[in-house]
Amino acid sequence: MDQQQQQSAIQGAKVLMVGAGGIGCELLKTLALSGFHDIHIIDMDTIEVSNLNRQFLFRRSHVGQSKAKVARDAVLRFRPHINIRSYHANVKNPEFDVDFFKQFDVVLNGLDNLDARRHVNRLCLAADVPLVESGTTGFLGQVTVHVKGKTECYECQTKPTPKTYPVCTITSTPTKFVHCIVWAKELLFAKLFGDKNQDNDLNVRANKAASSSKETEDVFERADDEDIEQYGRKIYDHVFGYNIEAALSNEETWKNRRRPRPIYSKDVLPESLTQKNGSTQNCSATDGDDSTTVSAMPLLGLKNPQELWGLTQNSLVFIEALKLFFAKRKKEIGHLTFDKDDQLAVEFVTAAANIRAESFGIPLHSLFEAKGIAGNIVHAVATTNAIVAGLIVIEAIKVLKKDADKYRMTYCLEHPSRKMLLMPVEPFEPNPSCYVCSKTPLVLEINTQKSKLRDLVDKIVKAKLGMNLPLIMHGASLLYEVGDDLDDIMVANYNANLEKSLSELPSPVINGSILTVEDLQQELSCKINVKHREEFDEEKEPEGMVLSGWTQSPATNGESASTSNNESAVDVTESSSGPEIASKKRKLSETQPENHKRETENVESEDDDDLVEIENPMTVSKKKRVA
Amino acid sequence: MKKNSLDKEVLLSRFSRLNLRMDGEELTEQETALYDRQIRVWGANAQRRLTKSHILVSGIKGTVAEFCKNIVLAGVGSVTLMDDSLVNEEALNANFLIPPDENAYRGKTVAEICCDSLKDFNPMVLVSVEKGDLSARSTEFFEKFDVVVIGYGSLATKKAVNEKCRKLSKRVAFYTVDCRDSCGEIFVDLQDYKYTKKKLEEKVECELNFPSFQEAVSVPWKPIPRRTAKLYFAMRVIEVFEENEGRKHGECSLLDLPTVLEIKKKLCEANTVSESHVPDSLLERLITGTIEFPPACAIVGGILAQEVIKAVSGKGEPLKNFFYYDAQDGKGVMENISNSFTS
Repeated sequence: MDQQQQQSAIQGAKVLMVGAGGIGCELLKTLALSGFHDIHIIDMDTIEVSNLNRQFLFRRSHVGQSKAKVARDAVLRFRPHINIRSYHANVKNPEFDVDFFKQFDVVLNGLDNLDARRHVNRLCLAADVPLVESGTTGFLGQVTVHVKGKTECYECQTKPTPKTYPVCTITSTPTKFVHCIVWAKELLFAKLFGDKNQDNDLNVRANKAASSSKETEDVFERADDEDIEQYGRKIYDHVFGYNIEAALSNEETWKNRRRPRPIYSKDVLPESLTQKNGSTQNCSATDGDDSTTVSAMPLLGLKNPQELWGLTQNSLVFIEALKLFFAKRKKEIGHLTFDKDDQLAVEFVTAAANIRAESFGIPLHSLFEAKGIAGNIVHAVATTNAIVAGLIVIEAIKVLKKDADKYRMTYCLEHPSRKMLLMPVEPFEPNPSCYVCSKTPLVLEINTQKSKLRDLVDKIVKAKLGMNLPLIMHGASLLYEVGDDLDDIMVANYNANLEKSLSELPSPVINGSILTVEDLQQELSCKINVKHREEFDEEKEPEGMVLSGWTQSPATNGESASTSNNESAVDVTESSSGPEIASKKRKLSETQPENHKRETENVESEDDDDLVEIENPMTVSKKKRVA
Repeated sequence: MKKNSLDKEVLLSRFSRLNLRMDGEELTEQETALYDRQIRVWGANAQRRLTKSHILVSGIKGTVAEFCKNIVLAGVGSVTLMDDSLVNEEALNANFLIPPDENAYRGKTVAEICCDSLKDFNPMVLVSVEKGDLSARSTEFFEKFDVVVIGYGSLATKKAVNEKCRKLSKRVAFYTVDCRDSCGEIFVDLQDYKYTKKKLEEKVECELNFPSFQEAVSVPWKPIPRRTAKLYFAMRVIEVFEENEGRKHGECSLLDLPTVLEIKKKLCEANTVSESHVPDSLLERLITGTIEFPPACAIVGGILAQEVIKAVSGKGEPLKNFFYYDAQDGKGVMENISNSFTS
């Protein structure tokens, strides 16, 4: 009987869950209720207050504890006899190698970043273990199935990588609020409170021949006895006034662009703020307060994070926040990085971004909105996660039963498409051009004389190819590798190679060279054909190199083989490491017209025979894309 | 009758909520921090409306347990639970709100146990138990609520309660939900409903008119479009079967199949449609699959919660008026069924 077959498949299964967050909590609960009793779960995060609106296995008292561990404990409370093993670790750790993955019958992902997803995809391919992927953003969600050799792997269709902005847009010519946020966060905040040894483009201007950098660098240095408020106003005037005037002096830049206006503190704020709201020494926050509670807003009578502040209020927040950093958190200055849960940092970045926006005529945003952008916050609700978790378990069961005909990709839509809120689609066959599962070579256009090996490693091998511990070879020559077992001479050698341009390497990489790039942990190897190119467009190709070789996935649907534009707007969740929130709320039907058409054919054939009694409706659909 | 929670946290948060409700109706700092991620989805106004809403839920099995978890997490004002059945082994299946400790649940009703578990998920929500028979309640009883959800109800109860809700001058949103085997049905009645939706960067005011439950289940079958989900018809057959035989939800087995097929035959005849209109295999699934399938519970419970959240917040196009899920084909479809087909 089908039921019994299903039960025995479930009971005999050993399952790996990656992620114990929004989807993870719902998934672990549903797996346990469905009769699974051998579950391993990996998550590197600890619990935060903002998780509690949907990660229902956690309580306020658990904040700070390991998600994987607490989720396990919570589920054991209503299913005490199942075996759950939790790992508070990063799935990219070497301990989770191919042998580790091989012990599982299916892997279920509940991740929130592209990097980890690609890593797990590669390990599942190497271990030949089926993978059920998923993602949610707000009301949108999806579940996809990846079985080596049978369906596409997770990377057969290119996924949108996190958005990056050209440096000049950030430093000189912002046009969107997000540019101002990146400036405030990566440049100003970093310059004032971050590692002083880090390169910082804050004072880089279009006209690089401008005044000596030494002079301007001194502005950011604060003498021990310098009045904090005066220092703050000095910084304010420098970045919003002086720097803007300097930029304006370069006519070329502003020929076709709206000119920013310089803003000086004396025009916006009263001469001294100390009399207005009491000096920082008298403020209600006591010295014993921990850094997380220090905040500028209450001191200024600002209560509502959703409220839009004007230029004056933003300026007040800017100065006040800066004052508080120096007065209350002096020890941290020089070591801080922006953290979305650091209220004072969020206030400062919001204010700074807003003042810059005002200067450039860009609409201002509330703290709430700014925080979302700066912190790459993915908006999330419990219901979508619960639905997706249910769908994951259903696919997992099909995988365990090896019911290949029944595998589906399922999309949760916000608005019904042809009456469907949950839309199942048959998976595609593997993409023969996929460099991950089909070993196709890639092509890299790069200036082999100017670009260094370091650029190749950082921007291509790690960022684009998603390799964690790469190894780069040119013919028989090992150009670069990472590992614990390397001796000092080798490490020095590789470090030296990183600083060389490609054509200067011991084994010169020039036009026509073929590189082999590998990650031993992911068991992924691919070839890159190098093509020399002199010039790159600074705006369109800001990285100075172009990687290609992903060809479109062939849209085979039985007979009708139309090449479709398979843009993966399908991947709806991506809390990108870049500045922009990559939540694309486009309807499936809008972005994948070809898929949609094919889907219509599938669906209609099922409903066609209404008047004839069908024994098993599932045998009707013949337009399979999966063999 | 309502259990008043003496949890300090609940009292404090309720107090602060009360104070601010009278002022500018701002969300408290605690609420803003807790609900941050969902406020980014539906906005602060919608969240405020949620925190003022009162939901009545009757009939708690797997799907409804999921639904309750979702709306409690969403931060509704209150949830009133009605289910006097005693906890037994069957109740433990697919209902993660019931801890499998016989000492803890012996003698308690399902509602009582679930109440304790739900409070835990969000101390800011008032969760309480109402004892007694839902269908015996007066019309005035329902006025206290903004939303009424009937899980696994009998045909008679669903009709009666819907009628009462419609009699009130206050609009009470009415939902039914039923899950069997790996299928589920949701019914929605928002009466005359005005809402806003986004259309090309603009906010548009819309209005929908929902048929009553009575009307929706009595629609003649012949004019209903061919491609309508078979579950609609199958559920109507099951409804009649359970009413005729005096059975509760799930009180059936394969032995009842001949009776069920007889009812189907009569209904098809009365509606002048061929018997193939309702697949026998589907009916068989529904009467033998008496235990809910946990993944389907999560899916249907999730969809139902989304609908209730939309109705309370007045934001977003609501489902009209039936939703069907079947794990076998993986589709979750909306069906609009009313007497407008006959005109």
